Amino acid sequence: MNLADWRRRDSFYEASARRRILGLLDKNSFQELLGPAERITSPHLEQLGFPVSFDDGVVIGSGSLDGKKVLIAAQESGFMGGSVGEVHGAKITGLLQSALTSNVTAVLLVLDTGGVRLHEANAGLAAISEILRAAFSVREAGIPILVLIGGTNGCFGGTGIFTSCCDYVIMSEEGRWSVAGPEVIETVSGVEEFDSRDRALVWRTMGGKHRFLLGEADRLVVDDIKAFRAAAAELMQKPKTFTLESILQEHRRLGDRLTTYGECKDALDIWKKMGIPEFNCIPLMDNDAFHAAVKPYLNGKEKYHEH
Amino acid sequence: MIELLKFDFPGHKSPLHPLRGSAFAGVVNSGNLEVLIESVDIGGKCQVQVKTSANGFHSTWAAVLEDFFARNRFADIKVFINDFGATPAVVSLRLDQAAADIMEGGAK
Repeated sequence: MNLADWRRRDSFYEASARRRILGLLDKNSFQELLGPAERITSPHLEQLGFPVSFDDGVVIGSGSLDGKKVLIAAQESGFMGGSVGEVHGAKITGLLQSALTSNVTAVLLVLDTGGVRLHEANAGLAAISEILRAAFSVREAGIPILVLIGGTNGCFGGTGIFTSCCDYVIMSEEGRWSVAGPEVIETVSGVEEFDSRDRALVWRTMGGKHRFLLGEADRLVVDDIKAFRAAAAELMQKPKTFTLESILQEHRRLGDRLTTYGECKDALDIWKKMGIPEFNCIPLMDNDAFHAAVKPYLNGKEKYHEH
Repeated sequence: MIELLKFDFPGHKSPLHPLRGSAFAGVVNSGNLEVLIESVDIGGKCQVQVKTSANGFHSTWAAVLEDFFARNRFADIKVFINDFGATPAVVSLRLDQAAADIMEGGAK
């Protein structure tokens, strides 16, 4: 990417949830559901002395992408770390359930979150399980769910688990995706196990490049809303089979991966074992150089559904 | 604790813009706030409801809001604010963003 292209980027990382939705969907197509004017706010936060938000930190609605009707939810990273509270979770669950009856091509979820909102712990955890149940119904109906990760919070906790249960994941290098976040691992297992302030370590362990190389992220794109949009438009046209056999196949893939890389202590060891000659330079490569460098070594590492 | 503040302003006698719908600006992030403006028939008045995590700033809010209504010839609006400790300059900025939006027709 040259400097002029770089300057024309519309940064996904920097944008708010609303800005991301407007950039992802066709112009003027977005219709918000339960928008701020409805003022459906968290019933828990105020009792604890925290401010509420009129949309509870998630924007949901419908629109079109390349003329095809889609549903979309985008978490607002700025409000309570994009966390899933009771109302926030119910909005995502309701959106997923409505996919079953609204004849849509796909559901797009822009996740930017630390996971469950701890101030609403039980309600938040229940919300995650409801989201999971709704997501499996949507997948069973053959409607693909696409997760987009490229924001400031990354995607962690219960939301990280949920992401693994969706059809496709699109990430940028800036995005991070895991279950336990860096600070959680350090707190539980000690700084020798994981130094949460070592940003290079955090990104090569949880960042978009590593997730792509492991076959978990289906696309790795530059930090540009237009690039996320293009990847979503492509993947939403590829519905996947979601059967017991496809799940067993995925489990076999994960088992094989553990056998192959289970002894590795660092992402660098995995990249080396994959046979990538410039494995040491991967964190420094831009998106084009990265794809050129790793492409020959991805064969067979992709998810079962990439056909 | 969250402090609830309510303000009533008389509203402009010859409001500049015929307003419709609602407008929204901002994010409830640390040092930031969200502003929702609704056009409603309340006899020409302007009402503001602020929920803020920073307690004891009633007079500062009153001054910022008075400036806002002096800048804009508004009547018949309700303003709802969720604040997470924004400074007066940020409050004014978000108010102006929401005001600009509702003057352009607001959300559908």
